[in-house]
Amino acid sequence: MKNGFSVFIAAFITLGASWCGFVLAPVLQLGTAKQTSVLMSGDTYPVQRIGNATLGLQVYRANGCAACHTEQIQQSGVVFDVIVTGVGKNEAAVVDLISSFVKTEAGFGTNQLPKTILHGVDKIQADSASDKITAAGGKVETHLIPTGADIARGWGVRHGVAADFLYDDPVQLGSQRIGPDLANVGARFGTANLQLLHLYAPQSVVKNSAMPPFRFLFEVRKISGTGVPPVRTGETPVPLQLPTGFAPPDGYEVVPTEDAKNLVAYLSSLHADAPLYEAPFTPPQIPTNQVPTNAPAK
Amino acid sequence: MNVNDISQQKIDASCRVPLLALFGVAALWLVVGLLLAVIASLTFHAPQMFADCSLLTYGHVQPAANDAILYGFCIPAALGVMLWIFARLGETELVLPLVPVVAANIWNLGVLVGIVAILIGDSTGFPWLEFPRGSSVLLFAAFLLIAISAVATFGQRKERGLVPSQWFLLVALLWFPWIYSTANLLLASGHPVRGVTQAVIGWWFANNLIFVWLALVGLGTAFYLLPKLAGRPLQNHYFALFAFWTFLIFATWCGIPQGAPVPAWLPALSSVASSLLIVPLIALAVVFVKTVCGAKVTCKGGPFCYVKFGTTAFFLSALMLIASECPNFSRVVEFTWFGPAQEQLQIIGFFAIVICGAIYELLPRVMGFELPFPKFVRAQHWCFMLGIILVVVPLAIGGIEQGLKMENAGTAFLDVMQATLPFLRASTLGLLLLLLGSLLFAANVFVMTFKWKLAQIKTVIAFIKSPLETASASASLRRDQGEVKP
Repeated sequence: MKNGFSVFIAAFITLGASWCGFVLAPVLQLGTAKQTSVLMSGDTYPVQRIGNATLGLQVYRANGCAACHTEQIQQSGVVFDVIVTGVGKNEAAVVDLISSFVKTEAGFGTNQLPKTILHGVDKIQADSASDKITAAGGKVETHLIPTGADIARGWGVRHGVAADFLYDDPVQLGSQRIGPDLANVGARFGTANLQLLHLYAPQSVVKNSAMPPFRFLFEVRKISGTGVPPVRTGETPVPLQLPTGFAPPDGYEVVPTEDAKNLVAYLSSLHADAPLYEAPFTPPQIPTNQVPTNAPAK
Repeated sequence: MNVNDISQQKIDASCRVPLLALFGVAALWLVVGLLLAVIASLTFHAPQMFADCSLLTYGHVQPAANDAILYGFCIPAALGVMLWIFARLGETELVLPLVPVVAANIWNLGVLVGIVAILIGDSTGFPWLEFPRGSSVLLFAAFLLIAISAVATFGQRKERGLVPSQWFLLVALLWFPWIYSTANLLLASGHPVRGVTQAVIGWWFANNLIFVWLALVGLGTAFYLLPKLAGRPLQNHYFALFAFWTFLIFATWCGIPQGAPVPAWLPALSSVASSLLIVPLIALAVVFVKTVCGAKVTCKGGPFCYVKFGTTAFFLSALMLIASECPNFSRVVEFTWFGPAQEQLQIIGFFAIVICGAIYELLPRVMGFELPFPKFVRAQHWCFMLGIILVVVPLAIGGIEQGLKMENAGTAFLDVMQATLPFLRASTLGLLLLLLGSLLFAANVFVMTFKWKLAQIKTVIAFIKSPLETASASASLRRDQGEVKP
């Protein structure tokens, strides 16, 4: 370190190395990422957000929602459930085998199928049970279930992966949970009206919530005429149904602005719940009369 | 008064105008930033307070406060200190002294545009890079201008050999333009990179700015001031050289959170690098302890105390960073208040305190007269010390408790959040103390600037009144300035 040039070289080499590692390499690895296919389904994931939801991401960014909310589910591991769906031709042997797993006084009858015989076990136990029953001629399904506090809280079904953010710009991962995680909020928060209500007056939906109300995304206006909403071009905003204590004075109504509606559209579009190669799980059984939706909802 | 003293006075005087331009507005931004931080923390006392005011909603004020402190105060103030250290160590007058003055104004315009943009909802959405494109361009240009003046001064040095302080500061001059341009071109330009690559580059930038850049400049300043104030050389050169290299090699790879939804090699590499960071930290600690311990200095809350406390805070902040990158501990504290506690300790506890100490040390010399309120120096030291402890300790403990409660899915999230509120409210008190300290700092800097301008006006008036007396007037001015010990 005798002269300025050697100091410059030191900086160039060290920072250049980390630039190659954390800037160039991720761009090469992920810069051309494409949609991936959803496991056990022909669908692709993710689907580009459309219309209002894309605009809503900008409202999310502009109001700094990521200062308090993350969009990344954490997962601590996986467990397995073993479910017998059929006993096959060798019924007596399979029933005996199943009874050795299911230790109830009533015993096991074929009318109880499908029957979960092992719950929350590791892969070795699940495989051994599954092998035994399959060898005896029974039909077995092994379900893969992610575990972790976030998943137990119902915030999501699997850990977050790079694919969840493929079409986002800017990517709003967030780093702090002053509020709950939102990676899968579209799947759990109910109707758009409830979300609007929560934005206008969080404490009216979640008592003692520390979330600041976003009343500036709403318009408090006089109800005109006989309570019939004024005729406007385009969609007529629906006034919020606010509980007492949060409602505006008599003769006034609260209507969401475009920003508020777009933000809710974005929140509703947050569905990180597709089983993927890098984050596998067995989706819950869907009744056959419903079409499975893994992609972000509209 | 020997020849050496006179030349040192000349060197100091050459820095006067550029340094005033940088420090004056920086002090103002520090006050503004801490005021915004107090406003942000009020949300945890009464969430409904700013429900109708979009400017002051938490998601606007919090990043604005962070950026005002970092970009408004830390970086320009540090650049001013750097110019002075280069001039002093090189025993040469500041080269191109007007360039930093112009740059300071460009920089402050950029910060103003950026802060206003964040408050009206025009931020880029990337942590520590919230300023929109126009503002970033101004900051980048201003930094380059100041760097030109700094490098030119460095090149003019009469003492050719380099001391550790110069390595650290010189590297920082290259570091910032590289990371800032990379991050802005790849994230905030018209064609950003896709998907989580944005987040990875954002973390790389934030770590290289908040941890590495601040450490380089803060340690460079400390390694200049500590030997100077302790009256003995840095102990010793080889430890410093080893620490310098290992710090550059390892520190720049930290910063990717362990639970991030990115390919697993990224957090793994970051975790390894941060555990290796313990090596340069030990070397730096040896240098620090051997230089400071046993030095016969009674600092009485003066610059020596500032630098000592600040450097100690750096070691704690680095240990917190290492802990938060350790996979097992990270599982608990990721997404909690532990991270912000570390950032506050790094930015205010370490960097702002070291830089304030350096400014108190250099300002009387550069201006040629004593501080207007010398007692404020000690008062500010106590305000900053207690303030940062009251911010960091509650946030760190609250963060760990939050993390432990989050681990247990049986605890409702609302209860977890409620449990952190007392800690957040305690930290408001710390922020108020920091704000008070920053007001004392601003008072000293502003009154000093005012006195200097007054003296200038007096000279001009004297010149207008009787051209024949100017020589004696300026001589008397010089006599006033000569009273200060170099």
